[in-house]
Amino acid sequence: MAIVFRQETFRDDFTYRNSPGNIRRFPFPFDRDEYMYSVNMEPHVRGQAGTVYESLIDVDEHYVAEMQDRALVLKEDPLRYQALPHMMAAQWDTLELLMEEQAAGYPEHFTLIRNGDRWRWINRPLGIDDTFTFGDRSTLPYDPFEYITRQAQGDFCIVDQRDGNLWMDAGMVTTQADWSLDFDIGMNFMEWHGPVPLAHQIGVFDRALKFLLNLQLGKPTRRFNWTMTINPRLDTSPENYHKWGPDRTTVTPDNVGEKVHLRVELQSLWRLPRSNAILFVIRCYLISMNELVTVPKWARRLHRVLKTLPPELVDYKGLTRYRDNTIAWLSKHDDGAPTSPGIFPD
Amino acid sequence: MLVEGIKSRPVYGGIAIDPFARRHIFALEGEGALALLDQKPALTATMLNRSEVLYVAAGPKGLDHDLALAALKPDRFWQGPTIETLLFRLRGSLSAATMSTRLYISGREGFIGQCMQVATDMGMDFSSIPTEHRGSLARRVQCVHCKGITDDVRTSPFKCSHCGLNLLVRDHYSRRLGAFQGVNVDAEEPGTAPQAEELFA
Repeated sequence: MAIVFRQETFRDDFTYRNSPGNIRRFPFPFDRDEYMYSVNMEPHVRGQAGTVYESLIDVDEHYVAEMQDRALVLKEDPLRYQALPHMMAAQWDTLELLMEEQAAGYPEHFTLIRNGDRWRWINRPLGIDDTFTFGDRSTLPYDPFEYITRQAQGDFCIVDQRDGNLWMDAGMVTTQADWSLDFDIGMNFMEWHGPVPLAHQIGVFDRALKFLLNLQLGKPTRRFNWTMTINPRLDTSPENYHKWGPDRTTVTPDNVGEKVHLRVELQSLWRLPRSNAILFVIRCYLISMNELVTVPKWARRLHRVLKTLPPELVDYKGLTRYRDNTIAWLSKHDDGAPTSPGIFPD
Repeated sequence: MLVEGIKSRPVYGGIAIDPFARRHIFALEGEGALALLDQKPALTATMLNRSEVLYVAAGPKGLDHDLALAALKPDRFWQGPTIETLLFRLRGSLSAATMSTRLYISGREGFIGQCMQVATDMGMDFSSIPTEHRGSLARRVQCVHCKGITDDVRTSPFKCSHCGLNLLVRDHYSRRLGAFQGVNVDAEEPGTAPQAEELFA
């Protein structure tokens, strides 16, 4: 069934909303009533219809609006897309993967026709119909990685694998939870995770790196990460922190429902066939508290998670100013009843 | 000596001379000269005949080590007036360098970072370049907002020398930029920046 794409904004008047159907498929990240870092990885395999696992590269009703917001960010700050020179093979790998997955998952919206190296790509929602030569940069209007990630939801990093480590050597990052590609590009796995509290000490990154170095072609893996954002703003970059930071002071007991959003990243990691690099997809989903509490299980659980969150994480995730108001607001939706296991609505 | 436990910060392991290198290039700033001078007893005539020493004095209170370095009688000794001139000279030396050349860098962290940028731009692997931190803890900081770099930052927060925002100096370091990250400290409530503290004397 064709997706009806919403006309909406992630800035200024913030008209972003989830339709009732989209709320039900929201990737709620907590499978229990408390949260701590862990190596929470599982195979990235297709799941049930009506969930974000329906296709491995998920396209939803926000696709067109998100691509418009990405274009605005890149117009202001072209450094949100960068690729080091040795990443060209990985760029083509990524273009192939995203075109194939989007065409497979949504044939009514995307079509890929291959004739040897001559490829035709049709993207109906964005009105694109391009023919190009796979492997020939000059036949596309942008680098292949930039070209395809201007047409795919989520942030994307390509990490190169060498010297027993992973290196952040290319990225399209416009919907990030407060980290800078321009600063982190070229860093290895431990370096770019340097500022994360607690997780280094409990060995999370050592185990995750070991796991990822052995990632196999055709067996992508996934995990969740999350934070909270005031207003449905995709571009919460450190570059623009002085512009969106003041939003955090605007939360009052009366506007929590519309202002405060749970921001979930569905991260998927894919081994790439030619370059042996790894594509790291960081797909961001936003849901307001008003929308979230329409699922009673999620309302109860988020209330409990926020109440018991370690102080280091409250600080690192930037929740300090509005956490108390949010907990108080959510408490009205938590009757203390037990919650069922797993992440899905009852 | 440095703050421990910053995962993104390079480890400065010392610049013990590599006896197998056919050519040695030393890029030294201020007290970084001592990292070479301290090895004097172990330096052989062969090593010195294969050595090029590039030196710049540091800051107003930097003791001048030019005479002591020249007295080692390396194959080449060059002293520049500023870091910028040294980087230009270093680029020239490296572009003429052959296999089996070893580069050593010692001085303040910002100096090491900038020399490292020159070397990695020319295709050297950072892990093959011995470094030694000497001198003050002052940091080279990039403003994450305007991307301007401010050298010799001793306090946090400090005012960005380019855009004027009050920046907190984070313990997050980019080797590519040779700089720590500065983030606006009073973004959420402008005007509430805490007093600057001298953290990197």
